[in-house]
Amino acid sequence: MLIKFRKPSDALTSEIVNKGFYMNRRKLLSTASALGGMALVPAFLPTANAGHPQFTTVKKTSWGKDLKPTTLDAITSHNNFYEFGSGKSDPKKYAHTLKPKPWSIEVSGHVEKPGIFNYEDLIKPHLMEERIYRMRCVEAWSMVIPWVGIPLAKIIKRLNPTSKAKYVAFQTLLDIQQMPSQKFPILDWPYVEGLRIDEAMNPLTLIAVGIFGEELPNQNGAPLRLVVPWKYGFKGIKSIVKISFVEQQPQSSWNMQAPNEYGFYSNVNPQVDHPRWSQKRERFITGEGGIAALFSKKIDTLMFNGYAEEVADLYKGLDLYKHF
Amino acid sequence: MALNRSKIILKNFLFVASLIPLGWLIFALWSDTENGSKFMTADPVQKLNRELGDWALIFVIITLAIRPLSEIFNSRYLIAYRRMLGLFAFFYATLHLTSYVVIDLQLNWDDFAKDLIKRNFILIGMITVVLMAPLAITSNKKMIKLLGSKAWQRLHLLIYPIAILGVFHFFMMVRADYSRPLIYFTVILALLAYRYWKNVITATPKAPVNQSSKSAKQSFFRRVLYLPRTIKSSK
Repeated sequence: MLIKFRKPSDALTSEIVNKGFYMNRRKLLSTASALGGMALVPAFLPTANAGHPQFTTVKKTSWGKDLKPTTLDAITSHNNFYEFGSGKSDPKKYAHTLKPKPWSIEVSGHVEKPGIFNYEDLIKPHLMEERIYRMRCVEAWSMVIPWVGIPLAKIIKRLNPTSKAKYVAFQTLLDIQQMPSQKFPILDWPYVEGLRIDEAMNPLTLIAVGIFGEELPNQNGAPLRLVVPWKYGFKGIKSIVKISFVEQQPQSSWNMQAPNEYGFYSNVNPQVDHPRWSQKRERFITGEGGIAALFSKKIDTLMFNGYAEEVADLYKGLDLYKHF
Repeated sequence: MALNRSKIILKNFLFVASLIPLGWLIFALWSDTENGSKFMTADPVQKLNRELGDWALIFVIITLAIRPLSEIFNSRYLIAYRRMLGLFAFFYATLHLTSYVVIDLQLNWDDFAKDLIKRNFILIGMITVVLMAPLAITSNKKMIKLLGSKAWQRLHLLIYPIAILGVFHFFMMVRADYSRPLIYFTVILALLAYRYWKNVITATPKAPVNQSSKSAKQSFFRRVLYLPRTIKSSK
């Protein structure tokens, strides 16, 4: 009942409300919640991506309430999604071949409820939340993204893993028809990622299904993807088809590609450089393109991408230089 | 006279054509500023730097292709444009380096020094630009006279290590998709193979048969690289 998908015949909110209304809405909402303590607010969202169904009920959270999001246009046109090409603009151009509906996810391993779940069955029992997170790419650029999603912990609790589940492994779709660049041996397909179970259970970790109140565009990892805001962006595996609960540390694609450059943890850490570039600073992408973006000042990268308070305890006693 | 006129027209045409990539980048940046990111991505710093690097390499390759092209089309006067195209290679390489130091590093010389020490691909890129400088400086007629044509030709053999190092720099920068540097590398190999085929395989040997293996080797490279045969006796 909580989630309603917009029918194609319904009027787009973009037809009703103009762009730029979003930020006003945010202000309005924060005022409203400050006044009445509203937990749930019906969201009516303007959009630049006409045709993307919008979530009608999303719980506001205080995550990132002081951050100014990158524009929807930049978030959806500047992507690393090598299944659709290695250029930043390739995913937007070529991801139309992906069919995110219908979608099913295989849950396996040390878990009480293994099986194949429909996307709706996995997602619908939970309340959607909007969380505005920083996203730091390993290539030293960053964005602020208003995700719509569900804390992974809630999904995991429902699936009920056994005590043997020490890690969670994820896998992206493998389908050359839908993901044409899988023809080329750029990475060892399918893309795989993993988290330690306590990382997966951390309240910050999100299964995202939307951006700016809309369903995820294909190029951002439709229909569902991982978001781990204190780790480099590539940990956020897209278009997930498999989740397995395992005892051993699972493999991760970029670590397999270059183990000296990308570790399993891949926590954002300004003190540990990538062998080929510095991680001390980052170029923040506001979405304002052209000449202004050329001369925008770099900002300092924060330990754990600014989420140290929430996650530093996970790594107590771990040598972060060795386990980068 | 007619030939001279068409030569001048072609030269002007090539000059303007060589400026198109830069003009396009400036237009794209302007357009993105006015209309939002369309051409230069949401991260124009990286895009601009990569594009300039690409064009530097492409012009190095074009410069290397002039000799084979002039021979294949039996057009001696194509060689006359090679200097200008080589200078454009240096021009784009300099812009590539400048965009890295000024726009990407924002003139943080400390970071620049660290990059040079710690990151091999940046060091190699830097060496490539430094090697290009003497070729650009000595590209005019006065310098040819000053150096003497043999020494000048010898110096300009640097274009070969420049091409190889430039592609190598690109290879080392890439994270996973090696297709672009592979294409450039293949073209450079083909251009070198042409020289080998043209000057070693199909050319009738003029050198005496009973020469020592060392001088045979020298004459092999001399022929592949179009070096004058009498280079040793120049001093």
